[in-house]
Amino acid sequence: MLSADPAAARRFAGLRTQLAQLAPEQAAPFLRAMAASVRRDDLRMVHQARLGHLGGDFSVADILVTLYAAVLNVDPMRPLLADRDRLVLSKGHTAGALYATLAHCGFFARDELDSFAAPESALNGHPSNTKVPGVETSTGPLGHGFPVAVGVALSARLQASSRRTFVLLGDGELQEGSNWEAAMTASHYGLSALFAVVDRNQLQQGARTEETKQLEPLAGKWASFGWEVREVNGHDHGQLLDTFRRPGTTRPVCVIAHTVKGKGVSFMEDRVEWHHKVPSAEQVQTALRELSA
Amino acid sequence: MSQGRQAIALHDCRKAFADTLIALAREDERIVAVCSDSVGSSNLTAFKAEFPGRMINVGIAEQDLVGVGAGLANGGLIPFVSAAAPFLTGRALEQIKVDVAYSQAHVVLCGQSPGLAYGELGPTHHSIEDLSWLRAVAGLPVVVPADPAQTAAALRWAAGNPGPSYLRIPRFPVPDVTPPGAPFRPGQAVQLTDGDDVTIIATGTMVSRALAAAALLRREGIRARVLNVTFIEPLDTEAVLTAAAQTGGIVTAEEASTSGGLGAAVATLTAQHQPARLRILGVPRSFAPTGSTAFLLEHFGLTAEHIAAAARDIMAHAAP
Repeated sequence: MLSADPAAARRFAGLRTQLAQLAPEQAAPFLRAMAASVRRDDLRMVHQARLGHLGGDFSVADILVTLYAAVLNVDPMRPLLADRDRLVLSKGHTAGALYATLAHCGFFARDELDSFAAPESALNGHPSNTKVPGVETSTGPLGHGFPVAVGVALSARLQASSRRTFVLLGDGELQEGSNWEAAMTASHYGLSALFAVVDRNQLQQGARTEETKQLEPLAGKWASFGWEVREVNGHDHGQLLDTFRRPGTTRPVCVIAHTVKGKGVSFMEDRVEWHHKVPSAEQVQTALRELSA
Repeated sequence: MSQGRQAIALHDCRKAFADTLIALAREDERIVAVCSDSVGSSNLTAFKAEFPGRMINVGIAEQDLVGVGAGLANGGLIPFVSAAAPFLTGRALEQIKVDVAYSQAHVVLCGQSPGLAYGELGPTHHSIEDLSWLRAVAGLPVVVPADPAQTAAALRWAAGNPGPSYLRIPRFPVPDVTPPGAPFRPGQAVQLTDGDDVTIIATGTMVSRALAAAALLRREGIRARVLNVTFIEPLDTEAVLTAAAQTGGIVTAEEASTSGGLGAAVATLTAQHQPARLRILGVPRSFAPTGSTAFLLEHFGLTAEHIAAAARDIMAHAAP
């Protein structure tokens, strides 16, 4: 199990305190800068490891950074605190984005990112909660994180805790039936402190979602399952922060985050092959320039 | 069912399950029950009456059932996730692997009506593969109580053990086999009879039949050692290897598939470390014909007479 980086955790605590006092649009520039840094780290990790899922990583990076830096009540120095908020990364293949975000927050040292996918590294291709602090449950196969998040939210209800639970789902992942079992359970129990965030980037591994197995009308599906549905631009930190800060009322909340797979790197954006393609050295340099602009 | 001429009192492990879970819930408010429209079939009606808020029903959705259980454990509760064993372990196998075992969540998986318990309902409802499947999952103890005392002890152990476990709760009534006051030692087999001629290793519902077989053999002057293996994983390797060395021949008996369960575990162990003559009794790799549980146990040779016959056969083939 990796351990916290105290200096980074202190900086993160400072940033969280600062952002908590800002309106969403004022906080957005800070979040944008952090997300760009997360993408750059992730790019280097994947290039070095020769594997990873940059397309999905870059479509969820802004969501993850907004949650960790400005929404979730978490403490990297005490990652198992009982009343922490929870983020479950159901689309576990975007581990790269999660690892880079957790490292930025001080859950472990950023140097550890260099070990991504190396022999004996804590940083598997998919996240493991027994190896990486901040990971709530091990994920990888799709359709697992959402039921777990429902259980987490139910536990908060039973313990009369005000902690919140977020689960980040891929859009293609919603083709797994277990998600809809979980959606029904959350709705039945009225778990209003549960947010399901759908990374709606329109692409899955092999093709567009609508060509593979149609998801639309997606908002209507969630609404008919008894969820409050909010639609946002998943790369607009102000919009994301505003919607995450607004609590649910009586129903669980589905945030459909409209995103672009590969966001931030021109030659990756909305290209199906960048689901798990590894960039060349030259492509890394181009991408780093774009992500530093 | 042949259990000898004397009437033997039979007891229901499901009642021990229900009573113990209620007792545990009274002692520890973290205990919750989770089911998939299986309140009745899991004998949780009384639990629900006493703890309505701690009885979570996710409807007919086993994948959700196990995932929700893992989430409740993440939140600091101790979920007893209970459903018919075939559906719990078959439909939700990947959730058991990833959400519970790999994530090391303190979830107690309770497989109800396992083995051939559903008799005439047919192979869709038989749970003979669960031991094979779950033995292959790392980090997951696989626990098969043999009587009400062991059922109660297994629940208490699982509640206090900060990790995952699978408890296979017998359905049809069985005689008591645990000596009064015998301790419940995780991972340790219980030797129920002494004997150096042959060993019978049994689990769950087969333990009482192994004892009956030993009684039959004793009349013929054969002294059989009976081991009750409650933990299929982790297996008590010392007890098995000692038995292999001291008796040379082992019969295993389980109400489960012979492809990967107790017998396979014993075979894998002894073949590598202490070769012994083996007879593995259970359900061969086949779908059962229509019939009651009693009929099917007879059909597959899971009776005291068949166990005794296998022991005789082993001894007849012993090296001079």
